Amino acid sequence: MASGRPVPLKVALALAAALAAQVSWHALHPVPPATALNLPPAPSLAVLRLASLGEEAALARLMMLSVAAHDGQAGAALSLRALDYGRVATWLERMLALDPRARAPLAAASEVYAAVPDPARVRTMLAFIEREFAADPARRWPWLAQAALVARHRLHDLPLARRYARELRLRAPDAPPWARQMEAFVLEEMDEREAARAVIGALLGSGEITDPNELRFLARRLDEMNGPARRTEPAAQSPPGL
Amino acid sequence: MTRSPGLRIGVTVALDTLREALRGRFAWLLVALAAGGFALSAFLGALALTETRETQAALLAALLRLACAAIVAVFVVASIVREAHDKQAEMLLALPAGRGAWLLGRLGGFALLAVLAALPAGLLAAILAPPVQALLWTTGLLCELWIVAAFAAFCALGLGHAAPALCATGGFYLLARSAAVLQWLAQDATQRAPDAGQRYIATAADGVAFLLPRLDAFARTEWLLYGTGTATDVGAVLAQTAIFLALLAAACLVDLHRRRF
Repeated sequence: MASGRPVPLKVALALAAALAAQVSWHALHPVPPATALNLPPAPSLAVLRLASLGEEAALARLMMLSVAAHDGQAGAALSLRALDYGRVATWLERMLALDPRARAPLAAASEVYAAVPDPARVRTMLAFIEREFAADPARRWPWLAQAALVARHRLHDLPLARRYARELRLRAPDAPPWARQMEAFVLEEMDEREAARAVIGALLGSGEITDPNELRFLARRLDEMNGPARRTEPAAQSPPGL
Repeated sequence: MTRSPGLRIGVTVALDTLREALRGRFAWLLVALAAGGFALSAFLGALALTETRETQAALLAALLRLACAAIVAVFVVASIVREAHDKQAEMLLALPAGRGAWLLGRLGGFALLAVLAALPAGLLAAILAPPVQALLWTTGLLCELWIVAAFAAFCALGLGHAAPALCATGGFYLLARSAAVLQWLAQDATQRAPDAGQRYIATAADGVAFLLPRLDAFARTEWLLYGTGTATDVGAVLAQTAIFLALLAAACLVDLHRRRF
């Protein structure tokens, strides 16, 4: 490549000054972070299908990342409380409509959004999980199992938990025996930590959850339940022998 | 074995086309795209709560597909417009080979260009998806790029300028990828409000869908995520590609023959 003529000093300085101005401008005006309050309403399914250009699965995943950006750190109860859960549920529904095999929207509903200390919001998420389970029980039973636990131990709503457990038994014949016997779990006088450990352990043992990010997230949830003294290694999760 | 002058000139034109692209930093552009795309998908995958591999594969595949189509279209249009402005095409058409040989040589060169773009994309897809499904996806992508290249060549030959040719190719690509959804929307609207206006719109959407190849069915991300691609799917893609390439080649040939140099 030809080396070219030397650049006059004034021109080089002008370039450097312009670059410095550009960087300074952005340093002084940082991009405002996405907050729980500004989650917009979900676009209609028709608009999303048109915008996807046939890449519906990719768009569903991009939407999941975008919605997750609005609740800050996953599980941060403060920002979750500020979210409009009706909108969140609609976004999650749209994602599943675009890619019915996606697991992330249901995992987010049961593991992140249902962790908010607000019964009304938790019920919105559980209702979403129940609706979506009805559309595909064979694939979506793990999240209804988690929903049953949440209903039992967070909401202390035994009839709701039993309804979910019964749906699991009746509508998910291919689910493993422990999932179809969730009613026993629900009725047993276990505390929440014990029951969650049992279900998460059983899910891990059945090979239903293999994603490293989700394993880490669940391990962190167990650690939070166990308190600061005990640490759970994701790979060391053992099935409870159900 | 002696080759006919037409074939010889066609092969020379094809190889020259490829050489021109490689001199125009085509390979560097592909390397930058592959590295940037992989880094971006790894970053976004790390943000996902679950389905890490699926998120990476879906976003990488969508990005590569769109970027490869754009790169191929830009190179094809730039090459044909530059050749027209340099009066090089007239010189080549004066050779004893006929306009068909020149056109097929150019399209052959662009087809090789598309292979160069699709191969690294396929290799990246194979890292995140089962190899057989990645192969099916790469075949679909290659067919899509061939159609984009041929359409871009048709527009550049007919319009003679880069900007309108690129806009026309972009419009064609977006429409071909969304024609099925437009058709579905129009039919849905007709069922809900069956008036004359909606029926005209539905007929127009059907017309567009019948004229264009369904590019949304070519390199489907679901194949990489859920392993749902089959030989039948790829067979349909290959058949559609053969038909549409024949249509585009014939259209280019008609345009070339009616033109006075």
